[in-house]
Amino acid sequence: MLEVKNLYCERDERVLFNGLNFTISAGEVLQIEGQNGSGKTTLLRILCGLSASFEGDIFWRGQLVEDVREDFYHDMLYVGHLAGVKAALTPEENLQWMMRLSPNLNKLSIYQALEKVGLYGFEDVPCHTLSAGQQRRVGLARLYLSSAPLWILDEPFTALDKKGVAEKESLIAQHVHNGGAVILTTHHDLTIPDKTVRTINLDAGGTQ
Amino acid sequence: MSFFFAAIKRDLLLAFRHRNDIVNPLAFFLMVAVLFPLGVSPEAKFLAQVAPGVIWVAALLASLLSVDGIFRTDFDDGSLEQMLVSPQPLVLLVLAKIISHWLISGFCLALMSPLLAMMLFLPQQGLFALVISLLLGTPTLSLIGAIGAGLTVGLRKGGILISLLVLPLYIPVLIFGAGTVQAGTMGMPIGGYLALLGAVLVVSMMLAPFAIVAALKISVRG
Repeated sequence: MLEVKNLYCERDERVLFNGLNFTISAGEVLQIEGQNGSGKTTLLRILCGLSASFEGDIFWRGQLVEDVREDFYHDMLYVGHLAGVKAALTPEENLQWMMRLSPNLNKLSIYQALEKVGLYGFEDVPCHTLSAGQQRRVGLARLYLSSAPLWILDEPFTALDKKGVAEKESLIAQHVHNGGAVILTTHHDLTIPDKTVRTINLDAGGTQ
Repeated sequence: MSFFFAAIKRDLLLAFRHRNDIVNPLAFFLMVAVLFPLGVSPEAKFLAQVAPGVIWVAALLASLLSVDGIFRTDFDDGSLEQMLVSPQPLVLLVLAKIISHWLISGFCLALMSPLLAMMLFLPQQGLFALVISLLLGTPTLSLIGAIGAGLTVGLRKGGILISLLVLPLYIPVLIFGAGTVQAGTMGMPIGGYLALLGAVLVVSMMLAPFAIVAALKISVRG
């Protein structure tokens, strides 16, 4: 699905990665590893087109990603560090807006998704009254809604409790079993049954 | 199209939840009109003479005051990132944000302006010119201001920079806007001024959304 060729990125005169090559196909999980500040988030932002400070080529289904931007965004789900959840809106309003913004969030209804993330009964309270973990769950409800083949997740397990982490893990497993692909960063040891999680380590300059 | 209206609805809803965003520019607008006579001269004849300029300058600054926040919260909580990675056309989204910004700033300022006109002894016959010039001129202020807001949204302290970037571009609108009201109070035809304000609005409506999208991309992508 996604192919990265000869990616080079430097920040503050420090080379984060050089000559980074990898591909991810349907049914694969790719975990980006590295110390804090090793460029994990930067790499994911580059893949999503949210950072332009890089050299190299990124291909989406064989075509340069710049040329097929709209198709790419149609088939991709990005959950970043910031959840993209408006504190003044209720979880329901937040998800309504997210579904407008990304038509590929269409698998379940809002109520089903909120029930899945354990926010049933909280759908009409403003998000600023929710805890950090609950706000994170509002953003992660997108995973239940999304029918996009490629998921790019930046630290999806932060602020979640153990049960939440296990649920998200099984959701990722289900997604790759159905032919999806996931690129994620996490410090958590990810286990996906029947699948090997490929890793890229940025500390060693992007060895696989 | 339903996306466009959903975007307007979302921003208006957010504005109603943060009432300060609506009240602050209006309070500022009112305060200028209250303090100006106290600071300069309460004489009716003098105030009537300067009212067009004072009201227009106050409206311009009130609009500038609120334009800084147009993308700020979306940038801070990650909503802007989600907008950039969405397959929906960004130009449409930006236009929707500007329209909702105008509805809560410029439109309300125009509605409130007759009150200020009364306080500053603006002759009755200039009232129509005042309201119509603000209705035609303030959307341009929102459009131009949003370019500055887009460029400075990634900076921690963009407030001063945005004024420096945007104020020079506001000047033509101020000149034609205040000119409309001057002409109106003297009973002269205002059609020419309104045509100019309309032309500026049309041009900025065509070009500014693209500039804003480019500015936002620069701010986020670095």
